[in-house]
Amino acid sequence: MTLTLAFRNLFHDRVRLAVTLIGILFSIVLLAVQLGLYLGARGMIISMIDRADGDLWVMAYGTKNFEEAQPIRARERYVALSTPDVMSATPIVTAFTDWRKPTGGSTLVVVIGADTEEGGIAPWNVVEGDVSGLGARDAVMIDKTYLEELGVNGVGDTAQVGSARVRVSGLTEGIRSFTVTPFVFTTLNRARQLVDMPADNITYVLVKVRPGADVEKVRGAIRAQLPGDNEILTRAEFRDRSLNHWLFATGAGVALLGGAILGLIVGTVIVAQTLYSSTKDHLAEFATLRALGSSKGYINKVILMQAGLSALIGYGLGMTIALTIVYMSEQTALPIVMSPGLAALLLLLTFAMCAVSALSAIGKVVRIDPVMVFNR
Amino acid sequence: MTAVATVSHAPAGTVAATANVVLDARDIVKDLGEGAGKVRALKGVSLTLNAGELTLLMGPSGSGKTTLLSILGCILTPTSGTLSVAGKPTAGLGPEALADLRRNHVGFIFQSYNLFPTLTAEENVRLALDVRGSRGSDAVVAAQRVLQKVGLRHKLKSYPSNLSGGEQQRVAVARSLVGSPSVILADEPTAALDSENGEAVMSLLSQIAKDRSRAVLAVTHDPRTVPYADRILRIEDGLIVGEERRAEGVETVHELARTRKRKANA
Ligand SMILES: Nc1ncnc2c1ncn2[C@@H]1O[C@H](COP(=O)(O)OP(=O)(O)OP(=O)(O)O)[C@@H](O)[C@H]1O
Ligand SMILES: [Mg+2]
Repeated sequence: MTLTLAFRNLFHDRVRLAVTLIGILFSIVLLAVQLGLYLGARGMIISMIDRADGDLWVMAYGTKNFEEAQPIRARERYVALSTPDVMSATPIVTAFTDWRKPTGGSTLVVVIGADTEEGGIAPWNVVEGDVSGLGARDAVMIDKTYLEELGVNGVGDTAQVGSARVRVSGLTEGIRSFTVTPFVFTTLNRARQLVDMPADNITYVLVKVRPGADVEKVRGAIRAQLPGDNEILTRAEFRDRSLNHWLFATGAGVALLGGAILGLIVGTVIVAQTLYSSTKDHLAEFATLRALGSSKGYINKVILMQAGLSALIGYGLGMTIALTIVYMSEQTALPIVMSPGLAALLLLLTFAMCAVSALSAIGKVVRIDPVMVFNR
Repeated sequence: MTAVATVSHAPAGTVAATANVVLDARDIVKDLGEGAGKVRALKGVSLTLNAGELTLLMGPSGSGKTTLLSILGCILTPTSGTLSVAGKPTAGLGPEALADLRRNHVGFIFQSYNLFPTLTAEENVRLALDVRGSRGSDAVVAAQRVLQKVGLRHKLKSYPSNLSGGEQQRVAVARSLVGSPSVILADEPTAALDSENGEAVMSLLSQIAKDRSRAVLAVTHDPRTVPYADRILRIEDGLIVGEERRAEGVETVHELARTRKRKANA
């Protein structure tokens, strides 16, 4: 009966129900977009590091993130290779440079050069062409998302990077950068050429440690042989450093999380307001319930169920809209990501929001004097 | 005054020689309001309610009838005095324990019915069972049985807004009855009804009071309710000022009322 009563109370006043649901809906959509953008940003920031096949990254001291790193000497690779328990040490080149569109104008890109036969970093989610196609003269691979920005239509098109001509040999889907700067995959040597890097320089050495060996020990052994202007990070450390830089040092993540908190507050206020006024309207009924001898818990249950039902319906509607937005953002440079974890978190937050909102209504109802049943 | 020893509980079916007292109030005083607006609404009321009797509480407006009913029903606590319901003393009980007592032993009927507008007749009655933790098909059957008893078998699925005042009050009677309380307290149950419906409700109440395990107390202004009473208590200005009882062999209290008038005129 508590559920029936909660349900009827809720649907008794359609206007108020609509306001409640709009409040929850607004809250969920805002939360989903902000947290989804956060997740999307996180994914973009760490995808390159996560995809790279290695345990340790040797890089210039003070590197803040994957895209912006100073060059190091190419021979550091051999230092790493000669360290016991190192299985492979792959040189990688990354740098910003200008991509001149065939149609005129130019745009900033991040060139990523690695020899795919060595492992390291290779394009993934390839939808056209093949990674082995990078072996061909001038070949580069780019992501479909950036075709328009790069002024090309697809495989076979050419453009100018630095002083060299490049030809699109393949396309990936969904490899996006947080800086909205397109990634351009190519081989190690061609990358050096495109960004004008001397032949004895590289950006990273990606070290793979023999399975079972102690990564910390290997790191210590490599560091002992390298000059101090290098540093060696584990995959997790590099990931954290990149996240810290982009999400927190730049304030982008703070803004996203702040927006999410705002959504939560606005939703709570609206639901609290409507639930409180609904409870006030039904106060005489709650007083009657109390006169009939119901416990406080019973009445609180009715109110909480009203809140819970609002939460469920609001969540259903809100998620429908949120998923539509997520779907529409999929092909854009700033995808909003919805994961099962985030969906569960949103459900939890919705329930928490409604439970907190119910507090003022419960506060009102525990103070009712059942004597009012006689004075209607 | 009833001796304490008679405040006993004859098991159902036992026809006790002494009246079966289900409610016992002693020297109830109640102050309402605060500061300058403080009013002593009850000034020392003592009464007992016997199972198997319909008692009417009559008195002018403001005499303290509703206040007394609230106290007897454990909704208000007295400023002083003692009360026991179904043999259980209420002294020192907190709000939850009092709610417990109401749930288990008291049924209420209100002047304005106090039905839940969003629930059907059957659901309104079932709610009173639900509050007692009684759910499921047993509760449905019990609710339907008691609605049949009040003559509303055909209105189970009707909402209060689709019922006449008399029908709504009969749903309320069914609701008060369904938990088998020891005491049913009604505040002006016929005040909002026309005479036909009022009489139907009163006849229902007197029928309910025939149950040997239950007492019914109805507050009323309405002289038409008098014929149904087994006993009438008069309250004035916070004090019980008179009690009349239907004499042995007398069919109604009509005569009693007439006797009273004669006495008053004499
Ligand atoms: N909350 C309150 N604060 C102060 N005084 C009150 C309060 N409630 C009732 N009273 C006073 O207490 C007295 C008894 O009130 P009560 O409602 O019990 O009378 P009643 O006999 O039920 O009257 P009626 O027939 O009009 O319903 C009245 O004088 C009333 O004004
Ligand atoms: Mg009154």
